[in-house]
Amino acid sequence: MLHRPKTLLIFALALAFGASLLTPQLNPYHLDVILTIGINIVLAVSLNLLNGYTGQFSLGHAGFMAIGAYGSAAFSLFATPVLFPHANAWVTHACFFFALLLGGFIAAGAGIIVGAPSLRLKGDYLAIVTLGFGEIIRVIFRNVDSLGGALGLNGIPFYTNFFWVAFWVIITIYMVLALVHSSFGRGFLAVRDDEVAAEAMGINTTRYKIIAFVVSAFFAGIAGGLYGHLKSSIDPKGFDFMRSIEIVVMVILGGMANTRGVIVAAILLTILPEILRPIAEYRMVIYSLLLIILMLTRPQGLFSFRARPQPPNRA
Amino acid sequence: MNGPLLKLDTCTIRFGGLTAVSNLDFHIQPNELVGLIGPNGAGKTTVFNLITGVYQPTEGRIEFAGQPISCMQPYQITGHGIARTFQNIRLFPSLTVFDNVRVAFHLHLLSGVSHAWWRGKAFAQEEKEISDQVIDLLRIFNLENHRHTHANNLPYGDQRRLEIVRALATRPKMLLLDEPAAGMNATEKVELMNLIQFVKDKFKISVLLVEHDMQVVMGICQRIAVLDYGIKIAEGPPDQIRSDPKVIEAYLGE
Repeated sequence: MLHRPKTLLIFALALAFGASLLTPQLNPYHLDVILTIGINIVLAVSLNLLNGYTGQFSLGHAGFMAIGAYGSAAFSLFATPVLFPHANAWVTHACFFFALLLGGFIAAGAGIIVGAPSLRLKGDYLAIVTLGFGEIIRVIFRNVDSLGGALGLNGIPFYTNFFWVAFWVIITIYMVLALVHSSFGRGFLAVRDDEVAAEAMGINTTRYKIIAFVVSAFFAGIAGGLYGHLKSSIDPKGFDFMRSIEIVVMVILGGMANTRGVIVAAILLTILPEILRPIAEYRMVIYSLLLIILMLTRPQGLFSFRARPQPPNRA
Repeated sequence: MNGPLLKLDTCTIRFGGLTAVSNLDFHIQPNELVGLIGPNGAGKTTVFNLITGVYQPTEGRIEFAGQPISCMQPYQITGHGIARTFQNIRLFPSLTVFDNVRVAFHLHLLSGVSHAWWRGKAFAQEEKEISDQVIDLLRIFNLENHRHTHANNLPYGDQRRLEIVRALATRPKMLLLDEPAAGMNATEKVELMNLIQFVKDKFKISVLLVEHDMQVVMGICQRIAVLDYGIKIAEGPPDQIRSDPKVIEAYLGE
C-alpha cells in the first residue's frame, strides 16, 4: 500500500470524475459491460473482506445485494418523486446517492443479524446458514406484493453512470485495504488464522466478525443499488444462489485475501462470458471449463505468488 | 500490591460425571516462577484453561490482582494481564513474524475502524509507535532478522520463542507457558530455561509453567505444585518435591 492512501484516494476520485466526462463517446454496450465489471468489483472486494481476510465463509452475498437493490430502488421509485417532484440533475443524483446509502445501511443491518450465528458456527456450517439466509431474502421479496412480488420492481430510473460506479469501486477498495492494512485490521487475519490464539491475544473475535459482516454487507448493498439503477428492473430471481456463487468464484479465483487478484478476477469473469457470446450455446461450457483449468493450475488464486498457508495445527 | 497475584480458591470443574480438577487451592505471588507438574491427564491443561477463561469453574473462584476473573471471556482475561502460550504452537501461520507480534498489541490500541479509514495524524503516530515497540521486542529475542518471514516457515525453536514474544506483547503481569520444552533437544532446553528466567526478570512478571521435563522444572522453578487425578498432592520448593513420597509414587517414579 502506498504511503499516502488518502491522497491517492482523492486523486483516484478526481480521475474517475474526469473519465466519466468521456463516457458519452462509448458504445452503450461497452459502457454496460464496464459498469457491470465495476459492480462486480465492489461485490467481490467486499466479499473478500469476509471470506478472504476474516475467513468467515459466506454464501449469502446475493442476499445482501438484494436488500440493497430493493431498498434503494424503492426509495428512488416511491420517495424521490414525492419529495422532489421538479428536481434538477444535481438533486436527483444527490437523492440517488442517498438511496444507495440507504440500501447499504439496511444491508449492513441485515449483516448484523446474519453475523450473529457466525459467532457460533464455523466453516461449512456457516456457509450453509448464509446460503439459507440468501434464499430466505429472495423468498421474502417474492412474496411482498408492494415490492412487486415475483415480477420485481420495474422502471427504476437509470441513475447508475460511470462516475457513480467508479466512485464506489474506489471507495470499496480503499475501505477494505485501509482497514486490513492497519494494526487494528491485522486482527481480521488473526481471527482467520487461529481463533483460539486470537482470543488469547486479547482479540474480541466476536467484534471482528461482526465488523467484517457489516462492512461486507454494506458494500454488497451498495452494489445492489447500483445494479438496480443500471438494469432498471430487478426481480428476486436475479439474486439467487448462483449469483452468490459467481461472487465467491471471483474471490477464490483471485486468491483469497488478495484484493488485487480479486479485482482482476472480477474483470475477467465479467468479460469472459461476453467474449464467448458468439459461440452461443457452448458459452457456459467453455466458461466452466476455464474455471476448472484455472483452479487446477493456480489453486492459490490467479495472482497469489505465495503458496497458500498451511492450516494451523490442531492436534 | 499485597497478597498473591493469582489466587484459585477451592476450584472444582466437572465435565459431566468426570471431576477434572477438584478443590484446588493455588496461588502465585508477583514475580514468582511456579511449576505445575503431574502425570498425563492429571488436569494441568484444564487448570490453564480455567485461569485463561476457556472453561469456567463449576465451583470456587479465581482472582487475579484482587479481581474475580472466573466469569470473563478469554480476551478480557488477557486484557487484565494474563498471557499464555499453547502446548501445540498456535501462531498465526500466514502472518509474518512482525504481524504476529503486532496483533498482540491490539489491547492497547486506541484506534479502531474509523481511525483506520480516516488515517489522521494520531493513527500514523500510533502505527509508528507500535511498529517501534514490535521491533524492540523482536530485537530482544533475536527474531528481528526474521521479521518478514511467515510464522509457519520459522524453525521450531524460533516458533516457540515467537509465541512467548507474542504473549509478552500483550503486556501481561503473568505468563502461562504450556509445555514449552516439548520436542526440544538438550541444548534447546537450556536455552529455554535461560529465556524463561530472563523474561521473568526483565519484564518483572510471574510465570506459571506446565511442563513434563523435570530438568527444566526443577532447574528454574521457585515452587512446584503437583497434580494427580485433579487433586493437588504436593506443593513446595523443588528439593522438597523431589523427595516427597507421594510425588515419587504418582509421578517421578523410583
